[in-house]
Amino acid sequence: MQTLEPIVAELPLFKGLKPEHITLISGCASNARYDAGTFVGREGHPAEKFWVLREGRMALQIHAPGRGPITILTLGENDAVGWSWLVPPYRLRFDIHVVQTTRALVFDGKCLRGKFANDHELGYEMMVRFSSILMRRLDAMSLQLLDLYGDHHADHE
Amino acid sequence: MPITNDLPRTSDDGAGAARAPAAGGRVAAADPMRPAPYRVLGNKAQTHDSFTLTLEPLDPTGTLTFAPGQFNMLYVPGAGEAAVSMSGCAGTVRQVEHTVRAVGRVSRLLQRCRRGDVVGLRGPFGTPWPVPLAEGHDVVLVAGGIGLAPLRPALCHMLQHRRRFGRVALLFGARSPGDILFAREIESWRGRFDVEVEVIVDRGDQDWYGLVGVVTNLVPRVQFDPAHTVAFICGPEVMMHFSVRELERRGVPLARCWVSMERNMKCGVGFCGHCQFGPTFVCRDGPVFRYDRVAAWLALREA
Amino acid sequence: MQETATQKARPAAIERDQLDRLFELLRERGYTVVGPVARDGAIAWDEISGAGDLPAGWTDEQEAGRYALRRTDAPALFDWTVGAGSAKALLHPPQVTLWRARRNGQGLEIVDGDPPPGRTLALFGLRACDLAAIAVQDRVLLGGTVTDPVYRARREGALLIAVQCGRAGRTCFCASMGTGPAAGGGHDLALTEVVDGGRHVFVAEAGGERGAGLLAALGARAATAAEAKAAQAAVARAAAGMGRKLDTEGLPALLAKSQDHARWDEVAARCFACGNCTSVCPTCFCVTVEDPTDLTTGFTRRARRWDSCFSIDFSYIHGGPVRTSIRARYRQWLTHKLGAWHDQFGTSGCVGCGRCITWCPAGIDITEEAAALRERKRKKEASRANA
Repeated sequence: MQTLEPIVAELPLFKGLKPEHITLISGCASNARYDAGTFVGREGHPAEKFWVLREGRMALQIHAPGRGPITILTLGENDAVGWSWLVPPYRLRFDIHVVQTTRALVFDGKCLRGKFANDHELGYEMMVRFSSILMRRLDAMSLQLLDLYGDHHADHE
Repeated sequence: MPITNDLPRTSDDGAGAARAPAAGGRVAAADPMRPAPYRVLGNKAQTHDSFTLTLEPLDPTGTLTFAPGQFNMLYVPGAGEAAVSMSGCAGTVRQVEHTVRAVGRVSRLLQRCRRGDVVGLRGPFGTPWPVPLAEGHDVVLVAGGIGLAPLRPALCHMLQHRRRFGRVALLFGARSPGDILFAREIESWRGRFDVEVEVIVDRGDQDWYGLVGVVTNLVPRVQFDPAHTVAFICGPEVMMHFSVRELERRGVPLARCWVSMERNMKCGVGFCGHCQFGPTFVCRDGPVFRYDRVAAWLALREA
Repeated sequence: MQETATQKARPAAIERDQLDRLFELLRERGYTVVGPVARDGAIAWDEISGAGDLPAGWTDEQEAGRYALRRTDAPALFDWTVGAGSAKALLHPPQVTLWRARRNGQGLEIVDGDPPPGRTLALFGLRACDLAAIAVQDRVLLGGTVTDPVYRARREGALLIAVQCGRAGRTCFCASMGTGPAAGGGHDLALTEVVDGGRHVFVAEAGGERGAGLLAALGARAATAAEAKAAQAAVARAAAGMGRKLDTEGLPALLAKSQDHARWDEVAARCFACGNCTSVCPTCFCVTVEDPTDLTTGFTRRARRWDSCFSIDFSYIHGGPVRTSIRARYRQWLTHKLGAWHDQFGTSGCVGCGRCITWCPAGIDITEEAAALRERKRKKEASRANA
């Protein structure tokens, strides 16, 4: 576990945290590798994992009846995946499909929640960082929703 | 002070059939409002609503000289005109490619044109992408939807003179996999070792294993040196605005970001008044603008 | 030689009953003479055959949203200020066919539209503001690398005879704009009407050789010192009697910074976006094109006609108009006229003729709007200073 500390410390998400906080977080981390075509999570299933991708690609998908799986967002190197572990009921909202073979740091959600509960300074700092990512994610998805390239008017010229 | 780009504009030869520019000066169009007849050589569907129209002047000696980012006013007899970007490699050409999105009456009629049909053409108009300013720099092209059409000539030029530029990257956002323009060409660009091409779609489908998300997501990923980068951005205004914000986050100065604006045009030469955007005429001072010079107007609602 | 020097030193005088001879001379030189006539309750431009066509014994009363022509019994021909029309309709026609097109076997046949005017105009009775407006439109339509052949065909060779105002109207503010009431240039002749007891003359100054030649051909005598003085006094009276004024100091910069001013909402509540202002404004130049087809000949014509930035379609791009609200459209018109015009053409777009004030059905006053935008800025600065 200790060998992961330098890696964790370099990730943009954790960069600048106090060394003792890095140690705490690394205690919840392990390396993982996922094969293309697999799913690391399904909608509705318990969400206890949080990934930071190192290489590869995952896709958030919704399965709409009659339309099959629709990818709403792909995530790659340095992206954080999985937020449902942060708040009850700790269940995934989307399918998480491994599109390309992916290496990632995987964090145990329950472990992280425990660390944050015990060390509020760490907890607050991470909430600020998570909020920033989620906000940018929300902005980006809002732009997707706008359907900017779509046809918005039956019109005349 | 009038807002201008740093480059002198190319001659706007209103009749379409070119003459060699007079020594030391521009050719004043005989009548900038009169189109020249052009024959349709081909109409290739790109997506369900976009197509590439290749035109050639009826005048057997006619040619057109244009720079990347310029546009023509294409006339469908009896129907009217539409401002359409030239999407082929720039220079002096006989065959002129235009890539059009069929969203209005005239563009839908252009979509129905077949080989042999004759349309009218006035142009070229507009201030082009400042490609020479990008020499010696890394270049990032950010295209949204049909915005790839006026950027393609810029990319073509850079690939033809590859040595003059640093890293070259094309970031292209489309609505869905079926809306990817120039799909085959994108594949061949991706096959090169000297240009980075990323394509992302707003919504994927079952057969899409590529990136899904908004085109701004690509900006943090692409390799370039922000201090020495020039960016050309083209697409819906909202997309251009957010793309520039992302480039700014990466450290690209706003004065090296160039956008291409769109406004209602009835003449293309700064007379009808319709295309005014702040103190500029988009047909003449634009459509390409340096971002910092128009940022205030872009931020203004209903400007 | 000496004669010219005398004419330069002292103006000439054209007797009232010499006007017919002046018009005759103009026609002999190939001009079609157009001038003001009283018609349908207003002063309008029309071809005139003689001085008898001119509006003798008429005066006008103008206020925001009001225009009235009133009979006097005075012999004066120019006791009114401006009509609804300016020289704009003559030089930048409201409608013109640019070309015609027809599909034929080979492809597309494109032929001429309306023929060139076939006449050269002599405009008699331009006000200083009208002259200034012509200069503004010259810059717009002839001053760039691309020029408008329709305007050029009508403007080139046109002879301009100004008649300076001896009285200002309630909506006039040419003095503020630096465009009048004295003719500011570009004229062939500048006249000032002097009616005094039994005397009725036009004190005349040539603006160039063509005008001087006309005066010589007319045999116009030198004006007396009294006549010259009376003419100067008339113009001074007009200058002192302006009904409105517009403070142009720093205006373009102020407008650029006032895009979100609350005043736009206030004026938008009153404006109908009817476009009257753009129609009567002598410098507004916007046009649109249409392509109607003649079913009998099969030719489609490219028809150009005046357009207004107040029209909802004006800024239409796919997805909708850029300027949907009246607020945005009024703002566009005013900030263009008084602000952006400077960036585009190096002058103001406004010549202070007051027509937009007179002919606005809501009585919106451009001078009042400009002042309101400035006024709050002063209040804001004052409150900041006190804070």
